[in-house]
Amino acid sequence: MSIDTATARRVAHLARIAVKEEDLPALARELSGILGFMEQLNEVDVTGIEPMVSVTPMRLKRRADVVTEGGMADRVLSNAPDAREGFFVVPKVVE
Amino acid sequence: MSLNTLTIAAARDALRKGETSAVELTMACMAAMDAGDALNAFVHKTPDIALEQARAADRRLKAGDAPDMCGIPLGIKDLFCTKGVPSQAASNILRGFRPEYESTVTRQLFEAGAVMLGKLNMDEFAMGSSNETSCYGNAVNPWRRGNDDTALTPGGSSGGSAAAVAADLCLAATGTDTGGSIRQPAAFTGITGLKPTYGRVSRWGIVAFASSLDQAGPMTKSVRDAAIMLRAMAGHDPMDSTSADLPVPDYEAALTGDIRGKVIGIPREYRLDGMPDEIEALWQDGIAMMRDAGAVIRDISLPHTKYALPAYYVVAPAEASSNLARYDGVRYGHRARLAQGDGITEMYEKTRAEGFGREVQRRVMIGTYVLSAGFYDAYYNRARKVRALIKRDFETVFAEGVDAILTPATPSAAFGLGEKASADPVEMYLNDVFTVTVNLAGLPGIAVPAGLDRQGLPLGLQLIGRPWEEGALLNHAYVLEKAAGFVHKPGKWW
Repeated sequence: MSIDTATARRVAHLARIAVKEEDLPALARELSGILGFMEQLNEVDVTGIEPMVSVTPMRLKRRADVVTEGGMADRVLSNAPDAREGFFVVPKVVE
Repeated sequence: MSLNTLTIAAARDALRKGETSAVELTMACMAAMDAGDALNAFVHKTPDIALEQARAADRRLKAGDAPDMCGIPLGIKDLFCTKGVPSQAASNILRGFRPEYESTVTRQLFEAGAVMLGKLNMDEFAMGSSNETSCYGNAVNPWRRGNDDTALTPGGSSGGSAAAVAADLCLAATGTDTGGSIRQPAAFTGITGLKPTYGRVSRWGIVAFASSLDQAGPMTKSVRDAAIMLRAMAGHDPMDSTSADLPVPDYEAALTGDIRGKVIGIPREYRLDGMPDEIEALWQDGIAMMRDAGAVIRDISLPHTKYALPAYYVVAPAEASSNLARYDGVRYGHRARLAQGDGITEMYEKTRAEGFGREVQRRVMIGTYVLSAGFYDAYYNRARKVRALIKRDFETVFAEGVDAILTPATPSAAFGLGEKASADPVEMYLNDVFTVTVNLAGLPGIAVPAGLDRQGLPLGLQLIGRPWEEGALLNHAYVLEKAAGFVHKPGKWW
């Protein structure tokens, strides 16, 4: 499976990473090379094998559905690039 | 002997006897750390925290309430969130990030009295095998090829941890291992590195790369030190639902040095075409050492080994693309300067293009691709099935009575910084060929220094153990360490 420039553009957009138009052909070549390496997996007979979900068979623990921590909006916001009046600030989303 | 060259075990004993103090030990390490800037191992130094912790440790020692790690100066990989201290996973996207909380591993270490000297260099988001993807620049291996002053990689991703321990800037360091990131740098720098069983150590507060593979572990100057430090790091944590609720044994007590009758598996698939004869010779030496110690050597087959790297390079980027979605320029770290009229999509795209380095971008995009509609089954699900087969290979040999598996740790000694810079990314990925199977199967693995190559660089062997049996694994490693008698240190040039 080889990745063309259009696919590279689409993948970059899905990943929300800006890639300059002139850099797309090189990116497509790199991604194709890596995918070529993965093609080896097609040699393996995986008939009847379940895809692994968890490496150790375990049942996740449960806990009471109660608040354990909270009331620390200042600390939650302390690393934000832009925060005002107790909120994260982002560019306008809705016109 | 300067205090910074001590092992954890020797320092612990000296502290308890009152032969030195935690403050003296910490001062010696801080002096070594400041004199070691050419290694670019420590990227954020925390001398004030270190001295405060050392003074507290001395009070505990005086009161007779001193756990093994009390007063031991450590370096902490930048991947661990440390409260109030920069923790940026060697990425520009987390520049300026100061966590409001402490990772479980560092909290446990500090509660046991350990001292933090600072944060250590690494590959960006732990994605790399040479520490060359770091936003801080390369960490440098204290080892050199004889009198040749070519700068060598300390390996990666825990390159700063490996360089700092090998150069005696600290007594030990934390590392993390997703595909070999503790064991490969340990092998490249002549130290011991242990990746515990998946779930043995809490991942809470460790910046996530590939959540089903990531595991933290100790990087130390001896197997005994790895045993001591693992005990302080391990244990169930309600904050990590994948951490196992199992008792943590006294791993040091497991170091009996007796492995008579234990079965050591030698997997034929780890004999690669074109592998340097020095690696093969080292492996044969290791086999002879285990046999001399009374172990039974058995040839085994792990038939899906060759598919581990391609499976890993589907699963790990897939998980990374999901984990790294959180770096959006909203809650922490870098946000790109926006142009007039830019909306939220441009904010995401510009922020991530500026904040992530090339290798991280590449892996996020590969992960995005293999998870995208139409390719999910062909790549991601197929890789997860192959992963199940790789795990089954190990389960089969363990069920047949194998106690531990002995392999080389890396396919070569440390290479020069920049030597693989122009290479195909896949060539760099091949560094993990012997280590990545262990992460895919969730097993414990340890790299132990076992010899030098012709150029005087350290080489390591890897032992792989049964799940949850780190004590037995460490005991096998202890035997190997004693038999190999590796006492070499890098000549000081920095």
